[in-house]
Amino acid sequence: MKFMLIMRGTDEAYAAYKQIPFEQIINDMGAYNESMMTAGVLVAGDGLAEDMSKNFVVEFGGEEPVVTDGPYGETHELFNGFWIIEVSTREEAIEWARRAPLIAGNKLEVRRVTDETDFAAFADNEYIQKEEGWREEQASR
Amino acid sequence: MTTDVARRVAAIWRIEGARVVATLARVVGDLGTAEDLAQDAVAEALEQWPRDGIPNNPGAWLTTVAKRRAIDGWRRQQRLEERYRLLGADLEDVPDADWQPIPDDVLRLVFAACHPVLSREAQVALTLKVVGGLDTEAIARLFLVPVPTMQQRIVRAKKALSAARVPFAVPEPSEWPARRAAVLTVIYLVFTEGYGASSGDAVLRTELAHEAIRLGRVLGALLPREPEVLGLSALMELQASRFAARVDAHGDAVLLADQDRRRWDRSAIARGRDLLQRADALGRRRGPYALQAAIALCHAEARSVEQTDWDRIVLLYEMLGRIAPSPVVELNRAVAVSMASGPLDALAIVDGLVGTGALKGSHLLPSVRGELLSRLGRTREAHEELCSAAESTRNEREAALLRRKADALSD
Repeated sequence: MKFMLIMRGTDEAYAAYKQIPFEQIINDMGAYNESMMTAGVLVAGDGLAEDMSKNFVVEFGGEEPVVTDGPYGETHELFNGFWIIEVSTREEAIEWARRAPLIAGNKLEVRRVTDETDFAAFADNEYIQKEEGWREEQASR
Repeated sequence: MTTDVARRVAAIWRIEGARVVATLARVVGDLGTAEDLAQDAVAEALEQWPRDGIPNNPGAWLTTVAKRRAIDGWRRQQRLEERYRLLGADLEDVPDADWQPIPDDVLRLVFAACHPVLSREAQVALTLKVVGGLDTEAIARLFLVPVPTMQQRIVRAKKALSAARVPFAVPEPSEWPARRAAVLTVIYLVFTEGYGASSGDAVLRTELAHEAIRLGRVLGALLPREPEVLGLSALMELQASRFAARVDAHGDAVLLADQDRRRWDRSAIARGRDLLQRADALGRRRGPYALQAAIALCHAEARSVEQTDWDRIVLLYEMLGRIAPSPVVELNRAVAVSMASGPLDALAIVDGLVGTGALKGSHLLPSVRGELLSRLGRTREAHEELCSAAESTRNEREAALLRRKADALSD
């Protein structure tokens, strides 16, 4: 089963990271990623850039969605990267999550990734089929 | 509490086990001894950790405890003074928190577990045990054999390695191709054991196939410049992408042609495609696994049987037949030819195979031949072939499917 490890940082963590040489952060993350690769569990992963000229937020509430540039208003915990791992038990996912080289102020939210068994009862649903079609196009890009 | 710790220990062992055993094997020079020592350390962990808590670097803890056990053993035997001193020094050199396994040790571990002195069965069991970090009960469960049988198989394998004095080393360059091929065979056997719909609980089968995919990834990380390692991983990902679609609601196997392609796992297909591209980018000729992966990719990318690039598949089977000739490959080529240019050309290939006497007794030949004859309108012969195919297979569901096809012809 697959799990997504979602990295969330607070202002406290961001401030602390500024004290650490960036190369060290890269090295620590690299070693962690490598350990998951050599263990054969890493399926995907990426960091999310703090690029205020590109990032934006779309809020839904009124009649039309409202698009605003970052920063993100009142949010105190920013989603700033993720890994998807494939393991055989929840405990194994926990052990991998504990090993993440994150400093104080960070949080990992770990969620099981849905697979098609979650939607088995709805295989004939029109929207599930559309979704599959979309995935198909993505895959045959 | 204790069961919680036990579950955590099992998870930790899945992550650290291979590297712990590999490190120990390098020190003691023998895989069997290393594995026994590591299991003793796990037993000690199960006793101590519920009481004292789980150490920060559990892999280092297990390694240190196992090394200490090794020293105790040697001390009791009052021999191997020199080794003891060496080991003692080594032990002091490794403060817990800094313990880092050497990746090459895991590679040695893979090659030791797949050493040619072992039977294929023993290689498979030992690889899952020491590289996969599965316990004997789990392996027995996955292979549907009694636990004592699996236990014995593993004990015997470890003894055989010791008796043959198999060095804990990466093979010499001259042995490399054959030894690498053995490792790939073992991993693919684990996969096909899981993928084959022949028997057992579908969930278990999937688990075994995923275990093989994981082993493939481990090997790919250790040997990133071996195209066939990537080719095998690509093949497994692409075949596994069809898992959900290949069995119907009643648990019956669904043929490729009849599968609901919307249920194929698109992310697995994308991973398979990427792996094959990486293998190709290494710039060497495609090996048998990469070619099979390329064939699987043709199917994966096709929206239907009719829209499949059968000409390309025929070509790929021809290439596969040249580097890894086998009657099964030839038969598959015949099926592809029947789709690309019609049943008559395909029948010629199948009849050629019949002439060689290959695949005698297998249901494969008569079932393909029956199918082709039926498409050619030679109903009576087709009926005969399909019935004989139904009699040759031991798989009840397959036999029923073949009989249904035969009956449909006589209507």
